[in-house]
Amino acid sequence: MTGSAAVPIAAITLVPGTSDGPAFVLQEPLSFWGGLDATTGEITDRWHPQSRAILAGHVLVMESGRGSSSGSSVLAEAIRRGTGPAGIVMLTRDAIVTVGAMIAVELYDVSCPVVLVAAADWPTLVTAKRLTLDAGSQRATLTVR
Amino acid sequence: MTVTLADADRDLLGGAHGEAAAFAMRLMVRFAEAVGAPGFIDARSAHIDGCLYHGQVSLDFVEHLLALGGRVRVPTTLNVGSIDLIHPELFRGDGDLLTAGSRLMIAHEELGCVPSYTCAPYQTMFRPQLGWQIAWAESNAIVFANSVIGARTNRYGDFTDLCCAITGRVPNYGLHLTENRRARVVVEIADLPPEWSDAGPACVAVGHVIGRRCGERIPAIVGLPASTSEDDLKALGAVSASAGAVAMFHAVGLTPEAATLEDALQGERPEEVIRLTADDLRATVRDLSTVPDGTPLSAVSLGTPHFSTTEFERLVPLLSGSRPAVDMYVNTSRQVMEEVEARGWDTALRAAGVTVVLDTCTYVTTIMRDLSGAVMTNSGKMAYYAPGNLNVDVAFGSLADCVASARAGRVVRS
Repeated sequence: MTGSAAVPIAAITLVPGTSDGPAFVLQEPLSFWGGLDATTGEITDRWHPQSRAILAGHVLVMESGRGSSSGSSVLAEAIRRGTGPAGIVMLTRDAIVTVGAMIAVELYDVSCPVVLVAAADWPTLVTAKRLTLDAGSQRATLTVR
Repeated sequence: MTVTLADADRDLLGGAHGEAAAFAMRLMVRFAEAVGAPGFIDARSAHIDGCLYHGQVSLDFVEHLLALGGRVRVPTTLNVGSIDLIHPELFRGDGDLLTAGSRLMIAHEELGCVPSYTCAPYQTMFRPQLGWQIAWAESNAIVFANSVIGARTNRYGDFTDLCCAITGRVPNYGLHLTENRRARVVVEIADLPPEWSDAGPACVAVGHVIGRRCGERIPAIVGLPASTSEDDLKALGAVSASAGAVAMFHAVGLTPEAATLEDALQGERPEEVIRLTADDLRATVRDLSTVPDGTPLSAVSLGTPHFSTTEFERLVPLLSGSRPAVDMYVNTSRQVMEEVEARGWDTALRAAGVTVVLDTCTYVTTIMRDLSGAVMTNSGKMAYYAPGNLNVDVAFGSLADCVASARAGRVVRS
């Protein structure tokens, strides 16, 4: 992956790890509990504009989280099964997402890094085709392709 | 966002209290960063809802803590599980869930949690007190602790509740801080339907409105009947936390941080005032039923949240007379049931054919035998969740109407 148009963006680590995958930009926040099928990675919330899309293996770009704290279990379960996102980029901090991804890496050693980016970088991210995340313990770098 | 760690937190991270506590503290530091908490304070108790099975990860997490030698460091109660461990024969789901669900509950006991298995830990000897800093899960318990008792907790849930119990520490943000407990919205009850003899339906209606209209903002309710009981406030909070994300309410003159409206508002002005008339309350209660009066019933379900001793005290006299024509279920805790037996009320319950469900509840697991017709309940929370969770029609009514309908086999109202 040595695309010539790579753009690095500085970010804050919420959950450390590295990942790379096609970008999936959520048009609306998604509650993982009641909104994601952990066995398939499909968005099952019928009210969501991207209902029926498959998240598995994508770097999820989401403005903020939504819904019940049981979403942490669903996210961790999806990451464990390999149906979850490869990484998550957020504009606002979210405890449900952070906890779910932390549990997956601690229990199963499957990393789904979660990073927080600045509003100024958001327009670049929502048009990204592919994203590479390198999240250290505090600081992270995103590469947009 | 930097989280400032006290010596106690560093000890936990460094393994001074074992590997499980270090693991739990690592998770809580990330959590604190995510919610913007500046540091941690001691928790006096915890209430865990992770004993309800959501998938393999639920069990793996607890087994991992056990393998690391984990043990809770503060008094910790357990929410309902998937199985009534006292009456496992009531369970009607599949065998794998029975095995995994039971193991998950027992594994929590092995961590030192109290086998309370109730969504109403405030009805046990572990009830917290005014001003206590606690780490509680389960939406109705959270709203009750904050509002009716004046203990302080945020909406903890999956994994974080148990990590607080294992570390004895809780992030110091949100409702742990006095300034964030201020009411933002005033809910004024202009008048009550005169035909409603008890405060129950009015409280459920108000709770439902709050859930839909306040979001996460704290309301101060003015004008609830003076006869409003703790059980009524329990029902109000439970439905508000089901229909919305309410973690706390004030009821002026009834709850401990709201002796006056000014106290509840902490001297500031409200962002919004919602005025409710008797017609609004009637309409809200009517909308909780998905079927009209006269509809045949399959069952009546009471005790969501778990029935208290005083609710049994109200139910038992209503049972004298002819036996119910349909199944009647009452969900409660082991501790309340012991009290019921000590008072000899279990005889009346048995004579009426009432099925008492312990440790779990009729809408989180498959217990009810017959779901071919509608289910009637006096719980706004049950009425909110049952159509989605159980795919049944519901009728909502007062406790007396529920018992009369059980006897008639169809929805009747006094």
